[in-house]
Amino acid sequence: MPWAIELMLFIILIVAALIALQLRNLLAAVITLTIYSFIVALIMISLGSVDVGFTEAVVGAGVVGIYLVVAIFKTTRKSCD
Amino acid sequence: MITQTQSPIIEIAARGLAPFIQLLGIYVFFHGHYGPGGGFQGGVLLAAGVLLLRMSMGSVHSQAHVSSKKTVALCALGAFIFAATGIIAILGGGEFMDYHYLPVPFLEGPDLRYYGILFVELGITMAVMTGLVAIYDDVLGIGHAGTN
Repeated sequence: MPWAIELMLFIILIVAALIALQLRNLLAAVITLTIYSFIVALIMISLGSVDVGFTEAVVGAGVVGIYLVVAIFKTTRKSCD
Repeated sequence: MITQTQSPIIEIAARGLAPFIQLLGIYVFFHGHYGPGGGFQGGVLLAAGVLLLRMSMGSVHSQAHVSSKKTVALCALGAFIFAATGIIAILGGGEFMDYHYLPVPFLEGPDLRYYGILFVELGITMAVMTGLVAIYDDVLGIGHAGTN
């Protein structure tokens, strides 16, 4: 049965990546990228690498999301020129 | 990001949640010998607690937890601890990061390696935590005077 779980995780991964590419709202795209990172961490853990999965969950789903939100906060939707 | 506290719910939730995130970070740091985790992950978790306070309470009100003036200096100190432990092991007669040759009295063999690894991971934790907070402050343009 583990292959079914991994297949489901890969499907969610690809769907989350495509949604993050298609979204026009940047904040929603950041949240979707956080989901992507978390699914990557779950795939790493299901492959047996707990340490890499833990690092991915902490960095990818935690700090990178904060930095991207800050980057969006510092930019504007319309260009100035 | 929020210059003044706009929502009491967000502030109360963040102030209640951040100590537990940092407690988990300290646990991961000390548990790095036995299981998954270590200095980097623990440092990122500690930084996540600080960044949660920075985002929810604003940069001015969260200066009491980790000051923006000290982050770069503490990051350099952590990197110095990491490198100096390895170089002291070279001076003691071993290879780089060979903790068995650290000149520490009253410690032999496995204990010396245990505390050597713990000391190196302390340096990594300090460098990663304060480095991430310094990146956040610099991206937001928070100067050393604590403006914004």
